[in-house]
Amino acid sequence: MSAVKRIVLDVLKPLDPDALAFASAIADRHPGCRVTVTVSEVDAKTETTLVTVEGDAIVYDDLAATIGSLGASVHSIDAVEVSSADQPGR
Amino acid sequence: MFSQLRFLVQLGRAEHIARRYFVTNGFDGALTMLGLTMGFYAGGGVATPVAISACLGAAVALGVSGLASAYMSEAAEREKELHELEQALVGNLEASAHARAARLIPLIIAAVNGFAPLFLALLIMLPLWLSEAGVPLPLAPLPCAIMVAFLVLFLLGVFLGSVSGRFWLWSGLRMLAIALVTAGLILWLEN
Repeated sequence: MSAVKRIVLDVLKPLDPDALAFASAIADRHPGCRVTVTVSEVDAKTETTLVTVEGDAIVYDDLAATIGSLGASVHSIDAVEVSSADQPGR
Repeated sequence: MFSQLRFLVQLGRAEHIARRYFVTNGFDGALTMLGLTMGFYAGGGVATPVAISACLGAAVALGVSGLASAYMSEAAEREKELHELEQALVGNLEASAHARAARLIPLIIAAVNGFAPLFLALLIMLPLWLSEAGVPLPLAPLPCAIMVAFLVLFLLGVFLGSVSGRFWLWSGLRMLAIALVTAGLILWLEN
């Protein structure tokens, strides 16, 4: 059984909540995860961000639902790191 | 639950809007009560139950007016903003925090806008109630209510001063000056 350890998403989000509140809200709803939000482009009402989430077993559907509930949408999965259960230390 | 509510309030930038509404409509409520009590006083006074009925009627009307007008205008504004955001994101936000905030924030702001004038008006009417209940007052009920109105307006000014970071006494005195000018104008017109 494999587990997602790290995932990088291209996310279009509204300006509010800002990157700090956005990252905090994701982290609050996914305890044990480390969240990084990098803003790459800012428009009048939206901004394009790269959301990096690291954890022991990230459930993509839950993560996408959280991002959706914050008014944002996942455009693409830009990178992913998956490890199988029989690889200790990963 | 509480953190979720706080998140929605922050998302909807409701705090400073509610504060503004509280002061604006609270000021309306207090000044209306000052006008009514000054009118009764300058007209030679009326029986306290009549003054209570008139002031209570005005207070309830101010409360309902504040509630309805704020809800309708805020709900329309929030709906428009949500629609514009949906267009910018090219997606449906119905299940998002933004939609929940768009539904919740008008209710909070309407409650503040309706409650502020009602609460301040009832506070100004307090000497009238107390007099009717047989509680001894230092002055006649109407002058007492007028004094409370001056105090309430002064305190509103102090609150504004604390919000803006200005010297609280100056801000309070400025509001009190507006109340005194209003009272003077009523007295002048009645005479």
